Amino acid sequence: MSKPTPTKLSLTKLVLAGAAALAVFAAGTLATAAEDMPPLPKHEWGFKGPFGTYDRAAAQRGFQVYKEVCSACHSLNLLYYRNLQELGLTENQVKGIAAEVQVSDLSDDGSVIDRPARPSDPFKKPFPNELAAAAANGGKAPPDLSVIVKAREGGADYIYGILTGYVPFEKLTPQQIKEFSVTKDDHFNLHFPGHRIAMPPPLEDGKVNYIDGTKNTLQQEASDVVEFLAWASEPHLEDRNRTGVRVILFLLVMAGLMYGVKRAVWADKH
Amino acid sequence: MASSHGAPPVFNNKLIAWIDHRLPIFSYIEKEYHTFPTPRNFNYFWNFGAIATVMLLLMIVTGIVLAMNYQPNADLAFDSVERIMRDVPSGWLLRYMHMTGASFFFAAVYVHIFRGLYYGSYKAPRELLWMLGVVILLLMMATAFMGYVLPWGQMSFWGATVITNLFSAIPVVGDSIVTWLWGGFSVGNPTLNRFFALHYLLPFIIVAVVALHVVALHVHGSNNPLGIDPKGPQDTVPFHPYYTMKDGFGLMVFLIVYAAFVFFAPNSLGEPVNYVQANPLVTPNEIVPEWYLLPFYAILRAIPDKLGGVICMFGSIALLFVLPWLDTSRVRSCTFRPIYKWFVFLLVFDLLVLGVCGAHPPEGWYVPVARLATAYYFFHFLILLPVLGKIERPLPLPSSIADAVLKKKAV
Repeated sequence: MSKPTPTKLSLTKLVLAGAAALAVFAAGTLATAAEDMPPLPKHEWGFKGPFGTYDRAAAQRGFQVYKEVCSACHSLNLLYYRNLQELGLTENQVKGIAAEVQVSDLSDDGSVIDRPARPSDPFKKPFPNELAAAAANGGKAPPDLSVIVKAREGGADYIYGILTGYVPFEKLTPQQIKEFSVTKDDHFNLHFPGHRIAMPPPLEDGKVNYIDGTKNTLQQEASDVVEFLAWASEPHLEDRNRTGVRVILFLLVMAGLMYGVKRAVWADKH
Repeated sequence: MASSHGAPPVFNNKLIAWIDHRLPIFSYIEKEYHTFPTPRNFNYFWNFGAIATVMLLLMIVTGIVLAMNYQPNADLAFDSVERIMRDVPSGWLLRYMHMTGASFFFAAVYVHIFRGLYYGSYKAPRELLWMLGVVILLLMMATAFMGYVLPWGQMSFWGATVITNLFSAIPVVGDSIVTWLWGGFSVGNPTLNRFFALHYLLPFIIVAVVALHVVALHVHGSNNPLGIDPKGPQDTVPFHPYYTMKDGFGLMVFLIVYAAFVFFAPNSLGEPVNYVQANPLVTPNEIVPEWYLLPFYAILRAIPDKLGGVICMFGSIALLFVLPWLDTSRVRSCTFRPIYKWFVFLLVFDLLVLGVCGAHPPEGWYVPVARLATAYYFFHFLILLPVLGKIERPLPLPSSIADAVLKKKAV
């Protein structure tokens, strides 16, 4: 009489669970693929994966793009000027960057004054408040960019896709114009849900002049500013990755030891 | 099994002996965690009770430290979570451990529940043990839901709005109850305050119920993969060191997977839109709960009637309370139930299907699939389980655990 043993069963179980999970995920993937959005452009980001790090030079250029272009409308509320030192800028450079900005403060006698910003100040907001931001931008405030890379499906690829995904009205097919009811005043973006986006194309070839001589193509500017924004969203990513590798190595050793101990303890029972 | 415990331990350390004579905590530990006779044939599914306990403690410890830095105020909450991650030393680690920990706590508990279902751990004399487990699951769901509201992102706010609104389905008093829950006329600062207070309280109630769960477990001891009772010392081993070491190994493997998510993909289990601050004027495209609540969310939406949906959703868990009496088979373990075994796998598949349906907007194919899967869920417990127990012919049970273990070795 062949009795199914628990070992055989757990194997069956594993196979079954695997098959079930596969079927379910296949169903899920099919459903997602059905939505008619073009795939996001594939871009190699150095900060992806367990050993990922930020490209300091790219992020510094990205800060320049943010400062000269994005910051006209988008705040970066969670960042302080002091944080820029983490991108490899020196203390004096950061002091200089902050000092270019005037922020309002209270003087010792309580009167409102403007003074140059210090590294300990948060990034200055482009608008005094949300209402002002909305009023100046057609009724909707431009989103804060502090965690934008974490806050969008697709992350860095999506932001890069948006920045490089504009199609001028003249180049749209009649079908696209009809399907998404695009007019000459709209901005058509391949990767924006619904395609009509309020933000006019922010970047173009030659929009910023890099001091380090990097060629200022649209793709370069976009990828630099995404590197900067990715860092702004997850400033501790490198620390996290480094710690993670150590923790997992430790746990692997511990698991090996525990397995050895368990085998030794059970030796007389097997 | 309590009768087979050895003689009371003798402590050589005078202080320990003095304390133990007056408050027998050391005897208790010795009896319940050292010499405690435990079936010798556990497989790795039996690790998950210990793993879940460790996850609960880990959630409490990280949660207490997070609470020291968090601001339960609608204007400050969102930024305060980011400030914790940016400015509190190792704050990113605490926050990601807690956030990912919720998923892994549920994952461990779901495996633990599956183990109970498959090996019939809910059957006599362990019905109360099982029911206390269902209470723990309900408390966990409430705690997780309120915890998800605290970062005050878009999904926090709208999730809270949808779930609290469920109570408006109650006839006559529904709307008043919802206003009372909110502390106002919409989800707002008072709601966030009370959810924070309750999110801090409930885990300690969970600890208390876990303690009862363990007390109930130690009356008759653990079930085992064969589902037959140990008949003597040859069928058992002392809990320590045999299972402390085996649990330790299982825990390490579990923690490796957990750490991989905490450190390398902490946001992969959550919704990106929750990194957008709560905005009562903008509804997200889809409002979905965390993955571990999706099957129940799918059941809620599968029923075309609001009150019916709410009843079915709560009913799907309430049903588990009476599971010990719905299952009419006298055999515990599915190892010896050739037909029911496959239906347990089918139930797991059904829950996965419900999970996928819960993650997508209720349109197109998802609607009939969710309804079918919901119907099957109730069919499984209310009809299949009672009937199958009567007609299924179980395989012959081995005469004892030791007998089965030795035979297996001989093969």
